[in-house]
Amino acid sequence: MKSKGRSYFLIPYYLWIALFVIAPVLLVVYYSLFDLDGHLTLDNYVNFFTPVYMKMMLNSFWYAILITLFSLLVAYPAAYLLTRTKHKQLWLLLIILPTWINLLLKTYAFIGIFGTFGPVNNVFDLLGIGEQQILFTGFSFVFVSVYIFIPFMILPIFSALDELNLSLVDAARDLGASGWTTFRRVIFPLTISGVRSGCMAVFIPALSLFMITRLIAGNRVITLGTAIEQHFLVTQDWGMGSTVAVFLIVIMALFMILSGSSRKGVRHEK
Amino acid sequence: MRSNKNGISNLYLVLVFAVLYAPIFYLMYYSFNSGGTMHGFEGFTLDYYREVVQDTRLMIIMINTLVIALLSSAIATLIAIIGALAIQRIRSRRAKNTLLSLNNVLIVSPDVIIGASFLILFTIAGIKLGFVSVLLSHVAFSVPIAVLMILPHLQDMSPTLTDAARDLGASRRDVLTKVILPIIKPGIFSGFFMALTYSLDDFAVTFFVTGNGYSTLSVEIYSRARQGVSLSINALSTLIFLFTILLVVGYYFLNRRKQRPAVHIAEPAAEVGVPR
Repeated sequence: MKSKGRSYFLIPYYLWIALFVIAPVLLVVYYSLFDLDGHLTLDNYVNFFTPVYMKMMLNSFWYAILITLFSLLVAYPAAYLLTRTKHKQLWLLLIILPTWINLLLKTYAFIGIFGTFGPVNNVFDLLGIGEQQILFTGFSFVFVSVYIFIPFMILPIFSALDELNLSLVDAARDLGASGWTTFRRVIFPLTISGVRSGCMAVFIPALSLFMITRLIAGNRVITLGTAIEQHFLVTQDWGMGSTVAVFLIVIMALFMILSGSSRKGVRHEK
Repeated sequence: MRSNKNGISNLYLVLVFAVLYAPIFYLMYYSFNSGGTMHGFEGFTLDYYREVVQDTRLMIIMINTLVIALLSSAIATLIAIIGALAIQRIRSRRAKNTLLSLNNVLIVSPDVIIGASFLILFTIAGIKLGFVSVLLSHVAFSVPIAVLMILPHLQDMSPTLTDAARDLGASRRDVLTKVILPIIKPGIFSGFFMALTYSLDDFAVTFFVTGNGYSTLSVEIYSRARQGVSLSINALSTLIFLFTILLVVGYYFLNRRKQRPAVHIAEPAAEVGVPR
């Protein structure tokens, strides 16, 4: 009686899990088994392994890796320097602030900045390089994506660096380690968890971006996300779209498991 | 030597901040351009602001967006309170972790997949795409984040408090409303606030589940931006930026007064920094 009364009010939450977490995944898997005419088939999976989709997948991965790498390269030093500033919480807030502005607006801004008569091309003109086609290229796609993701990379790294025990750094220096060695052997390994969650926060969304590719990269760059959007909303081929989604889910799950186990590994090493 | 090093590092930070804010100020600057383009500033004008204010369709969309955001965050926060209590209640470590993982699925999933799978769900369930589908999906993706904001407060709470209340004869409802809820109130507020910003910001999921005729701000901006440059978007973004700043500053001071350590603002976002 007592336990019944207790669990009664938990229903909305479990209902949410069943309806919006478990059911959607099952539905995607289910739909991936149907072709355009509604026949049960594995054709979608066969299609996925044709060069068209394989190329798209590699392309998508390549861009996601580039985006993650550049975000990390920019964010790590920035996070490090932020922890050394005086009012670091305030500065951090200023890093977070742009993330609260609609992503589409920021992306839209780059249409102007990278445009034929935009400021970047003006600078190029002054430098004598001449006008370049920047918009609708892979470069602009990577740049804008990195721009969007930078704060999400800085935040976890900042937290990790902020928790770092500075006496360890001092100890390394006292023992004669150079600045670079201290960074490589002490600071970086101790903040790797932040780096990892930063990379996770960037890599997976980067695989599935579609609005930036549409607005900034024209249709030059096709990622898994663009493909899903295309299949669902343009060609109405939900089966194939679901198949791509299934692969994206599998990739994501693999990443989660991998990062989870390696985290455990680190803990054991200690 | 040292000051030189400082100079370089300061320069780096200044550069990062400059790049981070340049597009935003770029948008704002050209919202005043009478030339009608995002290059070559011709003269100052407020025409585009007038356009935004007089655009009834846009006003309706803004109201839609706000209604969806407030309503969905309120509902999501309620479900999240229940969820946090549910997770807290479970003793078995394994079951707890499973529930937590299920909770986090929607946070780590790419938006495209959430959008596509919800589209299938609503179509199968026979829910017409529009207000209801958008509201439901915003509730759905806001719940887990609110749970994550509330849960730590619940875990920090000493169990002796509820025990004491029970010993003193409080009913279950009294324990919940007079002991637990007041203690986790800061978590509930930040959960609601996070849900609000998620909802206001969301594009990808909404894009999938809005039918014809119903639109939120993000979806509207996307379709306008695809048609090319229009400075009313700039004017609109300036207004949104100012509104955002007000919101952030308000939240910052509210938070500051409530809990001493200011660290709390940054942490949750860092934990789940998945852009939408």
